[in-house]
Amino acid sequence: MLSSTADHLYWMGRSMERAENTARMLDVTYRMSLLKHATLEPFQEWNAMLTISGLYEEFASRDIDINADQVIHFMGLDDTNPSSIFTSLESARENARAVRGSITSEMWEALNHTWIQIQAIRKKGIPHDGVSNFFEWVKERSHLSRGITYGTLLRDDAFRFIRLGTFLERADNTARILDVKYHILLPSLEDVGGAADYYHWGALLRSVSAFETYRKVYRDVITPRRVAELMILRADMPRSLHACMKDVDRLVSEIDGAGSWELQRQSGLLHAELRYGQIEDIIEDEGLHEYLTRFLDRIYALGDYINTSYFWPEEN
Amino acid sequence: MKPAYDEMNTSDGQTRGHYASYAHWLDSTLPEVIARKREEAELAFHKVGITFAVYGEEAGTERLIPFDIVPRIIPADEWRMVEAGLRQRVKALNAFLHDIYHDQEILKAGRIPAEQVLGNALFRREMVGVDLPGQIYAHIAGIDIVRADNGDKSGEYYVLEDNLRTPSGVSYMLEDRKMMMRLFPELFARQAIAPVEHYPDLLLENLRAVAPPGVPDPTVVVLTPGQFNSAYFEHAFLAQQMGVELVDGNDLFVADGTVFMRTTQGRRRVDVIYRRIDDDYLDPQAFNKDSMLGVPGLFECYRNGKVNLANAVGTGIADDKAMYIHVPEMIRFYCGEEPILSNVPTWELSKSDDLKYVLEHLPELVVKEVQGSGGYGMLVGPTASKKEIAQFREKIIATPKKYIAQPTLALSTCPTFVANGIAPRHIDLRPFVLSGKVVTLVPGGLTRVAVKEGSLVVNSSQGGGTKDTWVLEQ
Repeated sequence: MLSSTADHLYWMGRSMERAENTARMLDVTYRMSLLKHATLEPFQEWNAMLTISGLYEEFASRDIDINADQVIHFMGLDDTNPSSIFTSLESARENARAVRGSITSEMWEALNHTWIQIQAIRKKGIPHDGVSNFFEWVKERSHLSRGITYGTLLRDDAFRFIRLGTFLERADNTARILDVKYHILLPSLEDVGGAADYYHWGALLRSVSAFETYRKVYRDVITPRRVAELMILRADMPRSLHACMKDVDRLVSEIDGAGSWELQRQSGLLHAELRYGQIEDIIEDEGLHEYLTRFLDRIYALGDYINTSYFWPEEN
Repeated sequence: MKPAYDEMNTSDGQTRGHYASYAHWLDSTLPEVIARKREEAELAFHKVGITFAVYGEEAGTERLIPFDIVPRIIPADEWRMVEAGLRQRVKALNAFLHDIYHDQEILKAGRIPAEQVLGNALFRREMVGVDLPGQIYAHIAGIDIVRADNGDKSGEYYVLEDNLRTPSGVSYMLEDRKMMMRLFPELFARQAIAPVEHYPDLLLENLRAVAPPGVPDPTVVVLTPGQFNSAYFEHAFLAQQMGVELVDGNDLFVADGTVFMRTTQGRRRVDVIYRRIDDDYLDPQAFNKDSMLGVPGLFECYRNGKVNLANAVGTGIADDKAMYIHVPEMIRFYCGEEPILSNVPTWELSKSDDLKYVLEHLPELVVKEVQGSGGYGMLVGPTASKKEIAQFREKIIATPKKYIAQPTLALSTCPTFVANGIAPRHIDLRPFVLSGKVVTLVPGGLTRVAVKEGSLVVNSSQGGGTKDTWVLEQ
């Protein structure tokens, strides 16, 4: 496959996944913001949302108030924000457009239609009572694209590069969603297990569609430790770090690259640590926030290795 | 201007025989149904993303080319004549290109003035003596044909223009057919309409047939200037339909005298490049040094026969509008036959008599730049304002040899859906002629329609639309 084609497919996968996860992150933040919490500063959850997306300074530099409407617009529809849902959907479409020959026409039509619709939404703005509907719509479009990809695309390297982008982005985003809780203030001692804490963790689980899963797996009250375990270490939880890295690791070993040994080594290492890791070690020895920060760095480095192995190899 | 020849109706309002079946369907179908189908077509074209970029508008502007649901129908016997004429013409044009880059027999015989060829900026000296597989230069030719009333109500076909560089539009021909079959399957059941869907297969077969000799399983690619080119959709479409890679200049590189593409598994040799980039931008080492689109070293590989390009470098000399007038002579010279398809009478403004006549009759004539294309930079006398004519006159006087002039042909019309019903609009036809081992073409081509009332300009960049083209099988 052409290196540039692989590059476009990979970013098409990443962008669509990012749009979906940004909607999920906005959704969890929106739900949390509806829970009045005496110990929180006003709009603290929106600050947290911007911080974990790495966009706090970008937003602050624009001199607009931090409140729900502003942040939802900024993260949802702002075309100057490189990580907004709008920009991500546009990027997915532009990348698909560049490689129309490598994807099925149904995939292209779905992405193009999503892009046409988001432009219309952007013109009108997200109505005040339609915030959740908007997030639902983004998720549905992402589900649709993924379903079409699964249902129609030949299982060749094109498919693998799209999936590689999807899982790497998802690993990154799940780690960030989990980290939201850290930035919203660790609960004070008397709050642990209290009603507010329960709702926050519950909202977080819902944002990754894992609320029912949690019940099914643990059959017990929601505790932060188990939420972290579910989202980091469970291989059968499709958005967990372990599940994502398992797929990344499999994909990089399946795609023949010109110089992909270091990439395979790094992804194998990360996968093995998640596979054999224990939640005690993560929370007690290293600290959840520190662990997640380090994980994000490693995901970033993996992205670099993918770049040099497949898209711009030194020797060609 | 007298009323033009209409493809569907005679001047006394009768439906022509080959339109009878369609006319019957149109009469018996409710207007609401047709309106709904037209909306459906528009939505589908948007969804599929069949758009083109418009130069000079805001960056990234994408527009739909208006699609009309009344087909242009050509009876079988007329098509047989047109097809034979096209084959003859393209054979002669390829023979001419091979000749002028080799022995120049036609110039030696004095059949075409040598200085018009050798002194022309489009004559590529670098191509002299270069041997190409099958001696083919214009692998893909788009020949623009118009039909005009001959005075006896018969409507004669004329060749208006040969496009031998990177003619575009074939994707619309294919998508228009797909759309018509999707919207109105019942129409295709009523009569035998010649299929066109195998065009990409024919194209691939022809491209593979002209690979450098000795390559057993040649690799073909489509080379595009990139996403922001007006015809990008078509480049991607053709690559996909042929199942070959769509590449831009960055994907290709030259090493060891061979052209390679960069792939995730290392380099891979490329044998035939269907390029949709103009000569000037192909290779910064050989041509325009500032080109970011091309591949350094490509031309050297090409000259050495390591890779083939479709179309060849230097075909522009044969589709130049000043050379157009000589095509009938080329046919006589190389084929030993009389031309089957006529040229439109043309004045060469480099000749003083012609210039004088044209300057006196500007309001009646069409004046074109010799090297222009796409409908840019032309004057349509009958529809131009006095001011526009005056401005154009200045330009002609400044450099007369840059222009040719032709009578304003009353291009034939075809009924077309417009804001308030159906009305006749002017059309032309661009068949695509492929040359490889043999000369082939699919029946029909792209019919373009000037959507504005009275307009004779069918180019999509100037607001033209398209129609499906039906060649009847009997």
